[in-house]
Amino acid sequence: MAFVAIADRDHEHALHDPQSFIRKYIWSQDHKVIAVQYALVAISIGLVALTMSVLMRLQLGFPDTFNIIAPQEYYQYITMHGMIMVIYLLTALFLGGFGNYLIPLMLGARDMVFPYLNMLSFWFYLLAVLVLVAGFFVPGGPTGAGWTLYPPQAVLPGTPGATWGIICMLASLAIFIVAFTMGGLNYVTTVLQARCRGMTFMRMPLSVWGIFMASILGLLAFPALFVSAIMMALDSLIGTSFFMPAVASMGEKTVHTGGSPLLFQHLFWFFGHPEVYIVALPAFGIVSDLLSTHARRNIFGYRMMVWAILAIGCLSFVVWAHHMYVSGMNPYFGFFFATTTLIIAVPTAIKVYNWVLTIWRGDVHLTVPMLFAIGFIFTFINGGLTGLFLGNVTVDVPLSGTYFVVAHFHMVMGVSPILVVFGAIYHWYPKITGRMFDEALGKFHFWMTFLGAYAIFLPMHYMGILGVPRRYYGYSDAIQFIPPSVHEANEWISISAMIVAATQLVFLYNLIHSYFKGPVADPNPWRATTLEWQTPQTPPKHGNWGKDLPEVHRWAYDYSVPGAPEDFIPQNVPHSDKTPVGREHGVPT
Amino acid sequence: MSLTVAYGALATGIVVWFILVMKLRSKPWEATAAAAPQGTGFSVSAKRIGLWIFLAVVTSLFCLFLSAYYMRMGQHAGHGSPMAAGDWKAIRDPTILWFNTVLLILGSVTMQSARASVAKSQVDQTRVRLFAAGLLTLAFLVGQWLAWSEIRYSEFFTPLNPAVAFFYVLTFVHALHLLGGLVVWARTFARSLRKDVELIDVRLSVELTSVYWHYLLLVWLGLFAVLLST
Repeated sequence: MAFVAIADRDHEHALHDPQSFIRKYIWSQDHKVIAVQYALVAISIGLVALTMSVLMRLQLGFPDTFNIIAPQEYYQYITMHGMIMVIYLLTALFLGGFGNYLIPLMLGARDMVFPYLNMLSFWFYLLAVLVLVAGFFVPGGPTGAGWTLYPPQAVLPGTPGATWGIICMLASLAIFIVAFTMGGLNYVTTVLQARCRGMTFMRMPLSVWGIFMASILGLLAFPALFVSAIMMALDSLIGTSFFMPAVASMGEKTVHTGGSPLLFQHLFWFFGHPEVYIVALPAFGIVSDLLSTHARRNIFGYRMMVWAILAIGCLSFVVWAHHMYVSGMNPYFGFFFATTTLIIAVPTAIKVYNWVLTIWRGDVHLTVPMLFAIGFIFTFINGGLTGLFLGNVTVDVPLSGTYFVVAHFHMVMGVSPILVVFGAIYHWYPKITGRMFDEALGKFHFWMTFLGAYAIFLPMHYMGILGVPRRYYGYSDAIQFIPPSVHEANEWISISAMIVAATQLVFLYNLIHSYFKGPVADPNPWRATTLEWQTPQTPPKHGNWGKDLPEVHRWAYDYSVPGAPEDFIPQNVPHSDKTPVGREHGVPT
Repeated sequence: MSLTVAYGALATGIVVWFILVMKLRSKPWEATAAAAPQGTGFSVSAKRIGLWIFLAVVTSLFCLFLSAYYMRMGQHAGHGSPMAAGDWKAIRDPTILWFNTVLLILGSVTMQSARASVAKSQVDQTRVRLFAAGLLTLAFLVGQWLAWSEIRYSEFFTPLNPAVAFFYVLTFVHALHLLGGLVVWARTFARSLRKDVELIDVRLSVELTSVYWHYLLLVWLGLFAVLLST
């Protein structure tokens, strides 16, 4: 194999620091710059989706007062809000943002293994966002097919944006998938190949584990969306009948013959369910690290946490049809998918127990990141429990068209991951910018967002159980089964939503103001063990580590180790003979 | 979706097995378990690993296309749909596809011989064989173009027939992957012609290109078998 070794030789990353502004900040191949670029674009487009949700809430809460959204535009708002939040904000931010920033730094690498591809990934992502935004300006506006883009209505006249809008959406998704594939290849290969000396798999921080597994899921699941996007675009553009059945539209028979809308649903959810975990697994990983660091405790059950991530990743591919209980599928299929859905709750519950046990009797510091991490546990349990209802066919069938579903998925994959995003931004802000944020404003942001989220989504459970249908533009008095309390709840939810949305401006102010005026941050303000806090400079320079790469001697969770001079031991500190045998693992005895 | 689920199970099985091999059972909190810093990564190049991961992604893509193909043919027997795929009218596959298949096999064989000659540091043979492999692949693409034209002007051409639509989609997506491969091939070939680049530096590129060629040949053989049998 000697010749392979020669043939496989890779050149070391050049350490020269790019000098020009364009090479340094725009056309950059540095993973940290690309991470910030990803994050800024994702947050910007996320703000668009947030604004849309506020406008929708104005309509729902005060239907006769504000006339900002016309009835035919309402579906467009729903669609764009959902798609942007799930794909263009959460997926991009967790993998493109945190994945890019954290993987090389936490693993002791200088950069991603394919920096050029990494840069292309960002620019394709930006292109995808621009094409998506172009949908707002094309004739007919963006698609109003719902974020699931179900045919046949997605391409039939009568649905808003059924001509140009849907094509913009499909094209944007296809470009996004290309961007993600380039990024995902990088993340997975970097984890496999670029770990520094001593960084075994079982010493990797759980953040990296979560991002690693989510990237694998994305690489295998996004092709399903790609396939369905291509085939639906062909149905729309040249009149094929992959998904389009023989239907009459506007009183006339369409050209389509016996296409299968169900085929689309299968393809979409074969991507769609793993997508939930593409967002959730990085959140799981990051929150594990936040809890451990700020509770000064080693993570409880590290190996079990890793196994749970793997198990969730594998199982996420066999639960997709629980989104299709009302599609008229064979009841035996429903039984199978309800069973797998309940099985996937087991590793997820293991993680929840381990988080709680990590902070149990810990030296909990209620810092801003910790508040968000604890808030995540509450919210995730809440959303997870309602998932048990919806995972069962007989309960799901009556609830699936109601606000109960809206409440469930917002709690479990909207609010929960975004709480982790906030916690993670606050946690790594000192490393990324070299400045500290304003703690008081951060706490204000947490409490308003956390309590506000409950003010918004708890009443929706109640509305759902009453049978209030989702996706409606308004609830006129003609709908007699809806009691007045629902209208009052809608007003309450809308006011809460606006307060929560306004609070996000405080968050942005805090980030921007602290970047210029915040106090200079300590290189390791949280006294954390992981490698990104041990860089020679803060923020880390190009190449991350100066002349020599770090060497890892221990796992990422040596907190409160008995006998140690401080309550944390960084991963790159060698073992000392002075530590008593059997007490190296940091579990208080 | 059964094909895709089977592939997914296989792929995840490989990942899990692979991580098991990576000693997931170790106890990282014990100092003794890892007293000596261990080496990291695998003894192969990152590019090689990246290629194999990419091939996994492409496999997922084609498995999903084929799942869709079979599901569209059968119209979800399990869902009790009253509609059979009555609009599916099998087409007569153009004869030229056999000729194209031979071209692609030759392309793959030639690429393999280029890989052998680069391993033996035979500069001229490497260049010639690399060039020939690219040429054969281009000929395959031209042949595919002829096959598309043949169907386009045949009596059974209509986008409404899913058999026709799938024929175009499957062959086009495969051709697109080959075109991407040709971009890499062109870079590799150009490097092999340069005087200032030693042959040893293009060895990895030639090896990876040949792996990709064999892979796309396998995909084509699979697609061709499916198209012929339905």
